[in-house]
Amino acid sequence: MDITDFYDTFFEEADELLAEMETHLLDLDVDQPDQERLNAIFRAAHSIKGGAGTFGFEALQRTTHLLENLLDHARRGELQLRRDIVDTFLEAKDMLNDQLDAYRQGGEPDPEALERICETLRRLALEEIGESADVEGAGAAASGAATAPAPAPETAAPAPAGGRFRVALLGVADKDRNLLIEELGQLGDIEGQDGDDTEYRVTLKSSLSADDIEAVMCFVVEPEQLSIQALSAPDDGGDPQPDEESGAGAVAEQSAVQAKSAGEETAAAAPRADADTDSRARAAPKKAAKPQAAGESTSIRVPVAKVDQIINLVGELIITQSMLNQVAEDSDTVKDGALVTGLNLLQRTARDLQEAVMSVRMVPMDYVFSRFPRLVRDLAGKLGKDVELVTEGKSTELDKGLTERIIDPLTHLVRNSLDHGIETPDRREAAGKPRTGQLTLSAQHQGGNILIEVADDGGGLNRERILAKARSSGLAVSDAMGDDEVWQLIFAPGFSTAEEVSDVSGRGVGMDVVKRNIQAMGGHVEILSKPGQGTTTRIVLPLTLAILDGMSIRVGREMFILPVSAVIESLQPGADDLYSLAGGDTLLKVREDYLPVVAVHHAMDVAGAITDPTRAIAVIVQGEGRRYAVLVDDLVGQQQVVVKNLETNYRKVPGVSAATILGDGSVALILDVSDLHRLAQSKKDNRIFGNVSQLVEEVEPS
Amino acid sequence: MSNATALQHTVAVETGSQEFLVFSLGDEEYAIDILKVQEIRGYENVTRIANAPDFIKGVANLRGVIVPIVDLRIKFRLAEANYDEQTVVIVVNIAERVVGIVVDRVSDVMTLTAEQRKPAPEFGLSLPLDYIHGLGNLDDRMLVLVDIEKLLTSEEMALVEEAGE
Repeated sequence: MDITDFYDTFFEEADELLAEMETHLLDLDVDQPDQERLNAIFRAAHSIKGGAGTFGFEALQRTTHLLENLLDHARRGELQLRRDIVDTFLEAKDMLNDQLDAYRQGGEPDPEALERICETLRRLALEEIGESADVEGAGAAASGAATAPAPAPETAAPAPAGGRFRVALLGVADKDRNLLIEELGQLGDIEGQDGDDTEYRVTLKSSLSADDIEAVMCFVVEPEQLSIQALSAPDDGGDPQPDEESGAGAVAEQSAVQAKSAGEETAAAAPRADADTDSRARAAPKKAAKPQAAGESTSIRVPVAKVDQIINLVGELIITQSMLNQVAEDSDTVKDGALVTGLNLLQRTARDLQEAVMSVRMVPMDYVFSRFPRLVRDLAGKLGKDVELVTEGKSTELDKGLTERIIDPLTHLVRNSLDHGIETPDRREAAGKPRTGQLTLSAQHQGGNILIEVADDGGGLNRERILAKARSSGLAVSDAMGDDEVWQLIFAPGFSTAEEVSDVSGRGVGMDVVKRNIQAMGGHVEILSKPGQGTTTRIVLPLTLAILDGMSIRVGREMFILPVSAVIESLQPGADDLYSLAGGDTLLKVREDYLPVVAVHHAMDVAGAITDPTRAIAVIVQGEGRRYAVLVDDLVGQQQVVVKNLETNYRKVPGVSAATILGDGSVALILDVSDLHRLAQSKKDNRIFGNVSQLVEEVEPS
Repeated sequence: MSNATALQHTVAVETGSQEFLVFSLGDEEYAIDILKVQEIRGYENVTRIANAPDFIKGVANLRGVIVPIVDLRIKFRLAEANYDEQTVVIVVNIAERVVGIVVDRVSDVMTLTAEQRKPAPEFGLSLPLDYIHGLGNLDDRMLVLVDIEKLLTSEEMALVEEAGE
C-alpha cells in the first residue's frame, strides 16, 4: 500500500472535523465559552494538523498550526473571545476547506490566499495575545505589519521572489544544521554563515522567495526554528539581527526594514511582476488539469449503522432463501424446472450478496498499520532518533468502522512513543541499549476482544514527573498510588509532561483524545510501563463489530461457537487419560501435560448432553495463558461468524463473550474461553457449598 | 425522556386520551403504551441462556438484532407458561433497548380517555404496584396499565446491568 491510498480517508476525516469545528464555532457563546466546546474545536484543528503533517500538505499544516495556537490560548482563557475573532476562526476554517479541496484535486492551495489567512491569524495573535503566533511568524509577520504603511497590501503580501536572504536557524542541532545548510546550498548561493547552536545565520542569494525557502526547510525543522528575512541590498548584511524574544518591538523594526526595502527598491516591482506572471504561469496548467482530476472522492462514506442494517437484512434474505429451498425440496408437487433453476440462481446471488456486503466492512489491520512506516520514519528523522518499526498481526481482520476510528488514537500513541518514549541514540547507548529503538505495533484476537498494542523499548514513564505534574494541575494524587493509577493520570485532559510544545506531541491533547475515542468504541486502554525498559499501551476493543473465525460445537441439542483462535486441537479422550480428583475435578492427560477439564454441559447447564467423557470430544483451548480441555458432544464445523454484542439489549452473560446468528436464523452463543473456566470453577465451588445460583450471580458483574 | 414519550405526553395532555396495546397473561388483561411497541411476532427460535433467571427465556434473532425474551408469566407467576401457536412475543423499545415479552395473546389496540383511566388499588394485583400506571375501564373489561419501561429496566428483571459495572 502507498500513502496516497490514505489521502481519501484523510480528506473525509478532515471534512468531518471541519464541519464539527464549524458547528462548535457557530454555537460558541463568546462571553461564556463552553470549555468542552473550545477543547473540541482545538482538538479538531490539532487532528487536522497532525494528518496534514503526515501527508505533507504543507499549506494546510501551516494554517492549522497558527489556528491551533490561537485556539490553545482561547481554551486556556488567555485569549478573550469576541465575535470578530470567532469570525476570523470561521474564515480560517473556510480557508482550510479550500485548501483541502485543492489537495483533493491533486493541486496546491492558492498561495496568496494562504498568505492572507496566515497573516490574518498572525496579526490576531499579535494583537490579542501580544506574541507572534509562532516564532517563524516574526519574519513573516513583518510582511503583515508592513501592510499597514504600505498603500497596496496585495503587493506586499507575496514575499518578493529572488534576492538575498538572512536565514536564521534557532536552536537547531549540529546534525540537522549541516543538512539544512546543504539544502540551502541547493536553493542558491551561500554568501556567508556564522553563529552557534541557539542561533545560526546563513546569508543566501537565491532566485526563490522566502516562502519557498521556508517550505523546503520545514521538512527538516519546525517553523518556529526558522526565521527568514529578505535583505534589501547586498552590503547591509550587517543589519542588527532582531531579537526573537522582544516580540512586537522586533517585528516593528523588521517591518521598517521591510518597508524600506519596499520603498527603496522601486525596481523590485518589475521582478515581482515577473514572479507573479511566473507563478500564474505555473498555476495555469494546474487549473487546466483540474477538470480531469476533479474526481469527487471515489468512495462514499456511509454510517456503520447503515451497513449493519444491510448485513442484517442480507442475513435474513439468506435464511428466507434456505427456507424456500427446503419447501421446494419437500414439496410433492411436480418439480418445476424453472422453479428449481430460479431457486438455485437466488441462492447463488444471495451468497454473493452476503459476501459482498461482508467485505464492505472487513479490512485487515494492515490498512491501519501501513500508514505508520512513513510517519515513524519522518518523525524519527525530525527528532533525531533511530527507530525500527515492527508490525505484527497485520492480517488480523477488523471491522472497517473500528479501523477507521482506531487510526487517530494509534497515531497519537505512536507519536508519543517516538517523542517521549524512545530515547536518542546516545542516551540509549549510555543506558546499555541498542542505538536503534524498537516500536512494535501488534494486533490479535484474544479472549473475545481485539487487542492492539503499541510497544516501545524506550525509557518508560516517569512516575515522579507524572505525579508532580498532576499536582501542579490540581489533580488529586498521592504518593501511595499504584503504578497503574499513576499511568492513568496521563489520560487527564490537558495533561502533558513534555516541557516543550512541538507539533509532534506534547500539548496534552493526545492521550485525552485517545481515551475518549477508545471509550467511544466501547473499549479501554491500559498502560504497562517499566522504567528503562519501555512502555506498552494496550488497547482492548470489544468484538462488537468484528468477525470471528468460529468453530461450531454441539452440546446436547444446543449449538455454541468457540473462537478458532483459542482452539489448539481436539481429540477423543481415552479412559486411561482421564484422572478424577477429589472435589470433582477431572484432569486429562494430553501427551506430557495434565489439563483441567471443563464440560460445557455442566458450565452452561445443558440437558441431554453426553456426560461420559470418553464418548465426548475434548477441545484443547487456551485462554488467558492457561490451557484446558473443553468437553463437547460434537464438532460441527468451522465458519466465519458475525459477532453480535449481547449487551446491546441484554447484559453480560457469564462464560459468553457475544452471540452470533447461524445459518438457520437461530442465535448461538460465542463462548469466552477464559471466562468459561472461571464459570466452571465457581459452579464447582458452589456445588460443594450447595448454593449454585447465588455464586453465579456474584460472578456476573466481572 | 425520548422524543416519542415526550410527544406522547403532549398528545395525552392535549386530548386526555392515549392508545394502548392490550394483551392477556392467563386470565388477566394488560395494556401497554402503544408507542413503546415495535412489533409483534411469534415465539420461535429462542436460544436459551445458561445461568440466567428462569423467566429470561433466552435470546432471539430479530432481523439480525439479538433480543432477550422475557416471560412475565413466569416472573410474576401469572399463568401456566405454555408455548404454542398462540404464544406471541411483543417486541418493545425501552430505554434504547429492544426486548421481547412473551404473552398468551394480543387482543387489540384501544384508546383510553382520561376518564377511563383510574388509579390502581393498593393491593390485589399480581404485579407490584411500582410498575403499574393504573387501571383502564372499558365497558365491563378491566385492563391493568403496565409501565413497561419501568418494569423491564427494574433491577429484579436482571435485564439491564446495574450502573457502575
